[in-house]
Amino acid sequence: MSREPSPGDPQALAILIIDEDEIRASIIEEGLREAGHERVVVLADMRNLIGRIEALAPDVIVVDLANPNRDLVEHLSHVSRAGHRPVAMFVDQSDAGVMEAAISAGVSAYVVDGLRKERVKAILDMAIARFQAYSNLREELESTRRALEDRKLIDRAKAILMKLRGLSEQEAYHLMRRTAMRENRRMGEIARSIVSTATLITGGEE
Amino acid sequence: MTKARTPTRILHERIRIGFMPLLDAAVPVIAARCGFARRQGLEIELVRETSWANVRDRLAIGQFDAAHLLAPLPIAAAFGLTPYEVPLLAPMVLGTGGNAITVSRDVWAAMKAADPALTANDPISAGRALKAAIEARKARGEPLLTFVVVHPFSSHNYELRYWLAAAGIDPDQDIAIAILPPPYMGDALAAGRIDGFCVGDPWNSRAARQGHGAIILTKAAIWPASPDKVLAVRADWAMTNRLLLVRLLTALLESARWCADPANREILVSIMSDESVLGVEPEDVLAALSGNMPMAGGELFVPGMLEFVAKGANRMRFADARFYAEQMQRWGQVDLPADTDAVLRRIFAIDVLADAARSLGLPLDANESSDKTPLFDRLPRG
Repeated sequence: MSREPSPGDPQALAILIIDEDEIRASIIEEGLREAGHERVVVLADMRNLIGRIEALAPDVIVVDLANPNRDLVEHLSHVSRAGHRPVAMFVDQSDAGVMEAAISAGVSAYVVDGLRKERVKAILDMAIARFQAYSNLREELESTRRALEDRKLIDRAKAILMKLRGLSEQEAYHLMRRTAMRENRRMGEIARSIVSTATLITGGEE
Repeated sequence: MTKARTPTRILHERIRIGFMPLLDAAVPVIAARCGFARRQGLEIELVRETSWANVRDRLAIGQFDAAHLLAPLPIAAAFGLTPYEVPLLAPMVLGTGGNAITVSRDVWAAMKAADPALTANDPISAGRALKAAIEARKARGEPLLTFVVVHPFSSHNYELRYWLAAAGIDPDQDIAIAILPPPYMGDALAAGRIDGFCVGDPWNSRAARQGHGAIILTKAAIWPASPDKVLAVRADWAMTNRLLLVRLLTALLESARWCADPANREILVSIMSDESVLGVEPEDVLAALSGNMPMAGGELFVPGMLEFVAKGANRMRFADARFYAEQMQRWGQVDLPADTDAVLRRIFAIDVLADAARSLGLPLDANESSDKTPLFDRLPRG
């Protein structure tokens, strides 16, 4: 068992999280703190990134994959001859599974050469898990938002059909449902086309 | 009314291609959008990426079947300089030229002060003027100029360094070279955070048209007709999908011919400038496509600014691959192993491309001449 580093411990890893999504960054940060890491810094603002990375001299950098500055962070590993701190991407070549999981989850990590592998692997595993959980949460939120929006659209489309074609509410609903099934589209999409067509034709008056 | 026909279901094999927002992604983009892939029974799914590291990694782990990639990157991968030991092949060049070096208005003014007769796109006089400007800054005690390139293993990095070194400017001492993604360079230049960059278009023309960049040199002037991006695939994928790769290359070769035809320029401009590809003004895209570049000091026609059809059915010339490998060694990125030539021949093997070219009746120029890469300082002046 390795000793848990305490605050101010020179052995404690300095971990830098670079992520413009501040909520996600704070979720990662929280995970790291729960795991006993005290020296965690979040950078959400990409200005003067190199200078700030150099000033912080992190042992581990966690970067989200959507961040266009990944090439820049990676560059740090190639400028060591110019006197910078050597940083190498954390990859255990034999452990391709972890890297695949990381890329699929949308996160990458870089570490200072010579760090004990198992210390860093725990960090990456945690980051992967939290990135996945966060993107699942985002997807759930997105689908809830879409369901709500669809409901509103379907109600409006129903009202349009009832008015223009003299249908009952149930008839209007079934007509849309049959169309959706026939065209293999979502109810929400059918409703959206009805609403936008009606807006075009009536000039906004439904 | 005609009787509705039952649609014939053609099963297209799907190929997912990652690309970076640059004009020389046109060949795969057009193959996907204008029917060249379909003609080969392929459905290309394009994925725009935000960093070369992502393109490389997603190709390596199999999320992309193929990618628009910097030509030196497969070489770097073979030398173990990238995170994965996944051998890549680069059977086809997607474009030659395409890049330029752009500096801030201030740097251009300093260069003009050093040489009032200076005109754009002459590597020798531009190098001399930049050296004078750098020395003047040094004498005044000002900080180093900062230039940016897109990636450490990029043609941009090597072209910039080659040109600077030829002018007597040490790229590691007399100037700072950093990394920035292409779409951010113009803003960084406008904000005064950087002093210059070497990047593929439309990003030079865009910065020039917006008034904060002065294009001083094109890749065509530094290293004429040189390869920039390649189509890259995993070696194991190529092995198990050889026929699929032949079809893909056939589609890309046809697409390259379409892209090179001036008759298609208007459509090409509209597709490439679209939000889903580059998301810039049509004029930003037209400059490099037409060769009429908004250079410092006025518009200039640059022959070979960006070509989609390269000699020998877009094969990588061995001498060019060798030049990239040598630049990696020159700038301390790698010590070239003894079997470098064999490694390069494996990466840029032409057998699959040959099959594709044959199906279109294109000459591949199999016995390429062993002439040296035609760099500006190796060419006769006149």
